[in-house]
Amino acid sequence: MAEAPFGLLAELTHRCPLRCGYCSNPLELVRRRDELSTEQWCSVLDQARALGVLQVHLSGGEPLGRPDLPDLVSRASGLGCYVNLVTSGLGLTSDRLADLAARGLDHVQLSVQDADRRDADRVAGVRAHHHKLVAADLVTGLGLPLTVNVVLHRRNLDHVAGIVALAERMGAQRLELANTQYYGWALRNRAALLPTADQLAAAAPVVAAARERLRGSMEIVYVVADYHEAHPKPCMHGWGARQLTVSPDGTVLPCPAASVITDLEFDTVRDRPLAEIWHDSRSFTAYRGTDWMRDPCRSCARREVDFGGCRCQAFQLTGDAANTDPVCSLSPDRGVVDLVLAAEAPPGAEPDLVPRRAAR
Amino acid sequence: MTPAHDRVPRLRTGVRASYDRVRESHVLLFPEGVLVLNPTAAAVVGLCDGRATIADVARTLADEFDGVRTADVAELVARLVERRVVDLDG
Repeated sequence: MAEAPFGLLAELTHRCPLRCGYCSNPLELVRRRDELSTEQWCSVLDQARALGVLQVHLSGGEPLGRPDLPDLVSRASGLGCYVNLVTSGLGLTSDRLADLAARGLDHVQLSVQDADRRDADRVAGVRAHHHKLVAADLVTGLGLPLTVNVVLHRRNLDHVAGIVALAERMGAQRLELANTQYYGWALRNRAALLPTADQLAAAAPVVAAARERLRGSMEIVYVVADYHEAHPKPCMHGWGARQLTVSPDGTVLPCPAASVITDLEFDTVRDRPLAEIWHDSRSFTAYRGTDWMRDPCRSCARREVDFGGCRCQAFQLTGDAANTDPVCSLSPDRGVVDLVLAAEAPPGAEPDLVPRRAAR
Repeated sequence: MTPAHDRVPRLRTGVRASYDRVRESHVLLFPEGVLVLNPTAAAVVGLCDGRATIADVARTLADEFDGVRTADVAELVARLVERRVVDLDG
C-alpha cells in the first residue's frame, strides 16, 4: 500500500481578482456553479485527515472568494491539521484575518508580483500591490508567520534584489522565489515569460548572497528555471507520494497541473472516497514509484532523486506522460526544450504577456 | 556544530508539535512541512519550552531513561535547528 499523504492542496475556487499572465491554473477554469459545497469540502477535509493529511493549504484562485472560508479553517484546524492560507491578499481585512486566526489559521502565504508597484500591478493586471503591503502588515501584526511567494520570469528576474528587500520590509519569515512553471495559462505565455540565460546567471549570485546574509531570519527557497537545467525537477517528490490536490469541482489530482494529461482519467470526491482514489485509482497508481519508468529513467542512478521529472511536462512536450521529462539532458526529446531556448527573443523583443482571462 | 549545553531551545514561530493518530507518531507541523519524530526526538521536543537549557533537558530525560548523554541531546537539537523547527536562545 502507498504511504499516506502529508499535504492537501485544496483549491477552493478558480475565481481570482488577479490576471497574472504566469497563472498555471488550467486554460478551462471551473465555474462557480460547479464548485464543491461547504459540506462537500468539510467531507474532503475529514477524509484527508483520516487518510493521513496533516497540512491543509487553502488555495485557489483566491480562497477569500469563498464565503465559507472561516468554516473550512475551523474544520481543518479542529482536525489537528496545520492550516495555510495561500492568498493574493485582495479582500483580506483586519476583521477577516483576526477571525481566521482565532479559528486556528497557522500560516499565510502571500503572492507578490514584483518589487515595485508599477511593475507588479502590470503583471497582476489590476492594482493589487498596495493591498499586499497592507495584507503583510495585518499578518505580521497578528503574529502569524508569513511566507511571500514570488513567481519569477523575464520581467521581474532582474529585480530579485529589490524583491528580497521588499520581503524583508514585509516581515516575511520565508520567501519563495519560484521560476515560472509552464502549465495552464503560463504555457501559452511561455515566450513572453521565459528568462534569458544571462538573466538567470545574474540572479543566482544575488539570491545566494541574500540567503547567506539572511540566514536565521528569513529562509529563501529558490525554485530553478528547469528548462535551463540539465536535470529535471523532482516533481512532487514523486507521483502520488506526499501530496494531493482537490480542484474546485472535486477532481482529485496527484499534482496541481495534472489535468493537462488528457489521456488520464481523474476521479472526483463526488463519486469515490478519497482514500480509495489515493491508494487504488488509475490516475494515482499510473506513475507512482519507479515501475512505470522506461529508459533512460529505468536504469538511471537518479531515478529516486528526481523521479523522472514531471509527468505533466513529459505529456505537454512529448505527448506521452510516461516519457522522461524532456528537460533531462539524457532524454531523447531534450531537443524540444533546446529549440524553445534557441528561439529566445532578445531582451525587449519578447511578445506581450497575455493577461489571464477571468473565471466565471 | 553542536550547540553549547547552556543554550535554550524552543520551537520556532509557526511550528506546532502534535500527535498524529494515523501514523501513531509525534509530529512537528510547520509552513510547508511535516517532521515525523521518533520517540527520542519527541521526548526532547516535548521539553523544549523556551526555559530549559540543553543540559536541563538532558537531566530531565535521564530521570526517565537510561544512558542519556547531554552531547547526544545537543546533537539532536542541532539537527532540529538545521531543519529550521527549533531556535536557540541564550
